[in-house]
Amino acid sequence: MSLPVVLLESVSRTFEGTQPVHALRSVDLAIYEGEYVAVTGPSGSGKSTLLNVLGLLDEPTSGSYLLDGVDVRAAVDSERTALRGRKIGFVFQAFHLLRHRTVIENVMTALLYNGFPRKERRTAAQTALARVGMGHRMEQTPDTLSGGERQRVAIARAIVAEPSLLLADEPTGNLDTKTSESVLEAFDDLRRDGLTLIVVTHDATVGAHAERQVEMLDGILTELETST
Amino acid sequence: MSNPKPRFAVRDLVAEAVTSMLARPGRTILTILGTVLGIGAIVATLGIAKTAGNQIVTRFDPLIATSVTVSNRSEFGFFGPQPNVNLLPWDAQERLERLNGVVAAGTLTNVDTAGSLTRSVPLRDPLARNEFALNVVAASPGTLEVFVAELKTGRFFDEGHSDRADPVALIGRSAAQRLNIDRVDHQPAIFIGEHPFIVVGIIDDLAKEPRLLDAVIIPNGTARKLFGLNGIDEVHIRAELGAAQLIAEQAPIALNPNEPGRLRVQAPADPTSVISGVEEDVDALFLVLGGVSLLIGAIGIANVTLVSVLERVGEIGLRRSLGAARRHIAYQFLIESAGMGFIGGVVGASVGVLVVVGVAASRTWTPVLEPWVPLAAPALGTVVGLLAGLYPSLRAARLEPVDALRAGM
Repeated sequence: MSLPVVLLESVSRTFEGTQPVHALRSVDLAIYEGEYVAVTGPSGSGKSTLLNVLGLLDEPTSGSYLLDGVDVRAAVDSERTALRGRKIGFVFQAFHLLRHRTVIENVMTALLYNGFPRKERRTAAQTALARVGMGHRMEQTPDTLSGGERQRVAIARAIVAEPSLLLADEPTGNLDTKTSESVLEAFDDLRRDGLTLIVVTHDATVGAHAERQVEMLDGILTELETST
Repeated sequence: MSNPKPRFAVRDLVAEAVTSMLARPGRTILTILGTVLGIGAIVATLGIAKTAGNQIVTRFDPLIATSVTVSNRSEFGFFGPQPNVNLLPWDAQERLERLNGVVAAGTLTNVDTAGSLTRSVPLRDPLARNEFALNVVAASPGTLEVFVAELKTGRFFDEGHSDRADPVALIGRSAAQRLNIDRVDHQPAIFIGEHPFIVVGIIDDLAKEPRLLDAVIIPNGTARKLFGLNGIDEVHIRAELGAAQLIAEQAPIALNPNEPGRLRVQAPADPTSVISGVEEDVDALFLVLGGVSLLIGAIGIANVTLVSVLERVGEIGLRRSLGAARRHIAYQFLIESAGMGFIGGVVGASVGVLVVVGVAASRTWTPVLEPWVPLAAPALGTVVGLLAGLYPSLRAARLEPVDALRAGM
């Protein structure tokens, strides 16, 4: 295999305070292109911190992180912001769609800050929406969509800039079982197209979709043997 | 994809800011209202002050603006009425005509005829009234020129008449009617008391002192000889346009070099100082009001932008996750607040101009406005918006993406 997309080496993250919290304790993790990884674990185990570190939203206290071979710990804040815009797509539990914008405008916001050519934005957004099966609702506002549809719009937004890595934080946390299924199918499709996916969840069914599962417990990451 | 920093696209930021403003039009309008009122008040103030000032220029009366009157300052002194002998010289007209800037000068004095009535025929008619209590005034020849008198017939008297104390008189139009005199070619006579006078002319009209139309005007010298006139009441001067202020200073010295201070000078107010005075009065009051409402408008924008930042913490987090740098966030909110200030400035300028036109129309004045005022208003609004948005924008930019995302949408 080639260079890993994500390479964490003894990464720690400690939150200072009267009672220091060790959210990550010397985590080693290598994720290769095209992998679908589920991160499971109870709340407070450090899952979200791991995701924030991976998504360049948070900086580790120690250790090294190579994203696509780039040492992000050496990068300054503005460079990490730029990397985030180009290489990483986020899917949030609460969707984070702009209520007053149409579906296609929401998707196009992901192309605002990464130098994507203005004329190609609409076409790219249309393509991304079609990939998640939302090509028919482009001019509606998010309020008129169901939860599953909203999350698929959010996925379209996350992939429109063609990132190296898709990070999903409890993507089905606000959805019922039935609508969850459509979102998970969308992930499966993206996986088939070769996208690298990391999904943080405490839901076993969601984790079951992934080919590789890791568990977080008290800031320590453990690789789980997958049955499939 | 080798460029680590995407280029900063102003157009995208402006588009985002405009879309945000349009997404909630009702709120945007309410936010702008304060700025509209502030800018509107300032534009209207400047316009109305200018319009009112212009109105003073329009009403500017050249005759009043060139008239200077010199009289004895105190008719009543410490020990009762003071004799005004010698304060004003008999040759006042000659002295003043030598001054540069004097168009015409003359004297005017009421003559005390000791109750004598004026009649045109020496006959006491028991059936018809032919005696009248007409005012008798003594004047120098220049006086009628000062008042822009027009003759119906005949001529003015001159220095010669005065020097010789000739019994000649000019009568006003109304006096002529009462005395039944309408022509002077046959040298009609009138009697003031027992003194006969030859009427040499009838005055048809006067631009000033219309009371003389009902009076008998005789030369100074004649009045001195026949009625014992012992001094001059008033000296009237018509100056060249713009020279009135200067003549007002010089005339008392020319008339009475020893005691110029004892003379009372009436001169028109300097027109330019009147205009600027009015403008300053209106300006000072309303500019303060305009400034206060503009300040309130700025606080309004600052408040709403701050609330908007707090409300949109989730959006800020999302944008940061999508690769927006801190400066992108700051610029977006700054552009939004500056945009609201700009719109407030444009609308405020329009409202202000309408107010000026409305006020001018209600008074049938000509609306006048400095052309730079409506142009500067949007700029002022933008600056107000920028200043108001500064703090909220910095707060938005300072948010940590992780915390912002946790806030949800």
